Amino acid sequence: MQVGVLALQGAFAAHSECLTSIGVQSVEVRTPEQLSSVDALLMPGGESSTMSQLLESSGLFDPISTRIADGMPVFGTCAGMILLASEILDGRSDQRSFSAIDISVRRNAFGRQVDSFESTINSSVGDFHGVFIRAPRIERVGDGVEVLGSINNEPVLVRQGNVLAASFHPELSNDARLHEYFVSITANRKKV
Amino acid sequence: MVSTNGSSSTGTQRVKRGLAEMLKGGVIMDVVNSDQAKIAEDAGACAVMALERVPADIRRDGGVARMSDPEMIMAIQASVHIPVMAKVRIGHFVEAQILQSLGVDFIDESEVLTPADETHHIDKFDFTIPFVCGATNLGEALRRISEGAALIRSKGEAGTGNMVEAVRHLRSILGDIRKITQADSAELFEWAKRLQAPLSLVQEIAETGKLQVPLFAAGGIATPADAALAMQLGAETVFVGSGIFKSADPAPRAKAIVEATTHFRDADVLARVSRGLGVAMTGIAMDEINETQRFASRGW
Repeated sequence: MQVGVLALQGAFAAHSECLTSIGVQSVEVRTPEQLSSVDALLMPGGESSTMSQLLESSGLFDPISTRIADGMPVFGTCAGMILLASEILDGRSDQRSFSAIDISVRRNAFGRQVDSFESTINSSVGDFHGVFIRAPRIERVGDGVEVLGSINNEPVLVRQGNVLAASFHPELSNDARLHEYFVSITANRKKV
Repeated sequence: MVSTNGSSSTGTQRVKRGLAEMLKGGVIMDVVNSDQAKIAEDAGACAVMALERVPADIRRDGGVARMSDPEMIMAIQASVHIPVMAKVRIGHFVEAQILQSLGVDFIDESEVLTPADETHHIDKFDFTIPFVCGATNLGEALRRISEGAALIRSKGEAGTGNMVEAVRHLRSILGDIRKITQADSAELFEWAKRLQAPLSLVQEIAETGKLQVPLFAAGGIATPADAALAMQLGAETVFVGSGIFKSADPAPRAKAIVEATTHFRDADVLARVSRGLGVAMTGIAMDEINETQRFASRGW
C-alpha cells in the first residue's frame, strides 16, 4: 500500500513522518503522475487558498476529484479538511473545494494564532491530544456524516464513507493512531 | 507564555512551532499596504510580512527603522485571510507586546530594523505569539531557539536582491548540522563551546539530524530560480522581501516564485515559470556595501 501526501504546501513532511513511524510507505504528491501511484491521499494543513491555487496550476484538481469519486480514501486535516468540505464559509470567493464530505466549515473560525490551542478530544477512535492552529470550525454536518470526535460538544473529527476530516493536527502530537485508522480504511477498501 | 484553561492551553511551544509547520513549502511576501497584500494572497503566498518600507527602501533611506504603524498592519490584517507577520527591532519587547495586542500571527525579531538592545534579544517564552529570528550560523540559530524562537530563517543580506549571503548562511547552518550528526559524544561538548550554544540543543541535533524548529530562507531572493536554490539547499520555505514589489511586474513574478517553491526539484516547471517575467530588481553586489551598512551583522 502506498499513501500519498499532498505536498503542494503545508505540513506534509510531518504527515510523512507519521506514516513512516507506523511502517507505511508514503509518497509526496505534486503531480498527476505521482497521484496515479497512490492508494489513498492525505491532505495536510497549511494555507487552503495557497493549496487551492497550486492544485489548479499543477493540474491536480481534476484528477484528485475523479479519484475521490472512484472511492479513493482521503484524509484532510485543517486546510485539508477545508479542501474536502462541501461548503466553505469566509473563504476566498474563487476558492474551490472537492465537495467530498457534506459539511460546512468556516475558515479560521477558532481565531488568529494568539487563539491557537491544544486540548483533549473525546472520540470513538480513542481520546486524542488535539493541536488546533488557526483552526477551521465545522458549523454544519450533513445527514450521511458521522461525527467521530468533538471538543465541548463541537465536531472536530468527521467521516463520510472513505473521506475522513479533522479540524486539528494529529501529525503534530507524536500520536499516529488516526493515521493507523486511516490506513485501516484504505486496507479494507483494497480487499473489496 | 503558556496559559491553561481546563484541558486547553494556548501559547505552548507545540502550538507555536505548529504554525511554522503550516507555512512549509510556501512563500512569505513582504507587503507595504493592503493592495500589495491582496496581490500576494492572489498569487498564492502562504503568509505576508506587513511593513512600512521593504528592506531595499530601508537601506536607501537610512535613519532608524522601527516597528510599522499599527494602523497599516491592521489594514493588512483586514484585507487577507492568510497569516500576517510583522517585524520588531531586536530586543524591543514593547514593540512585540504591541504586535501581540494587534493579534499579529508571527513576530519577526529582525535585523532589518535598527536594533534596540545591543546585548539581549527578546525573551520569546514571555509571549503567546510565535517568533521567527534570523541567523547567519548554527550557533546563532540555537541561541535564538534557546530564547524561544519557533522558527529560524537565514539572515541573508536583505534588500540587496543578491542571495549570496543567504546561501552562505544556509550552507553554514545545514553543513554544521551534518557534521554534528557525525560527531561522537565527547566532541559534542566542543561543538557546544564553539557554537556558544546550549549543550542539550547540540546533543538533540546529533540525535535527530535536524534543527528543533523549521528553517526558512530569507535575504536577497528575487527570482523563481533563487527560491528553488534555497529549497534544494535545504530551506523549507522562502521569505521574499524586496524581490517581488521592487520588480517590474510583481503579480506574475509572485505567482512564479510560489510555483517554483512547490516544484523546486522540477527543472521543467522552473524553466516554464521563469519565462517572460520582465526585469527583476537590480540588486547590489556585496562589495558595494561596506561592513557598517550590513544588516546581517546585527544580532548576537
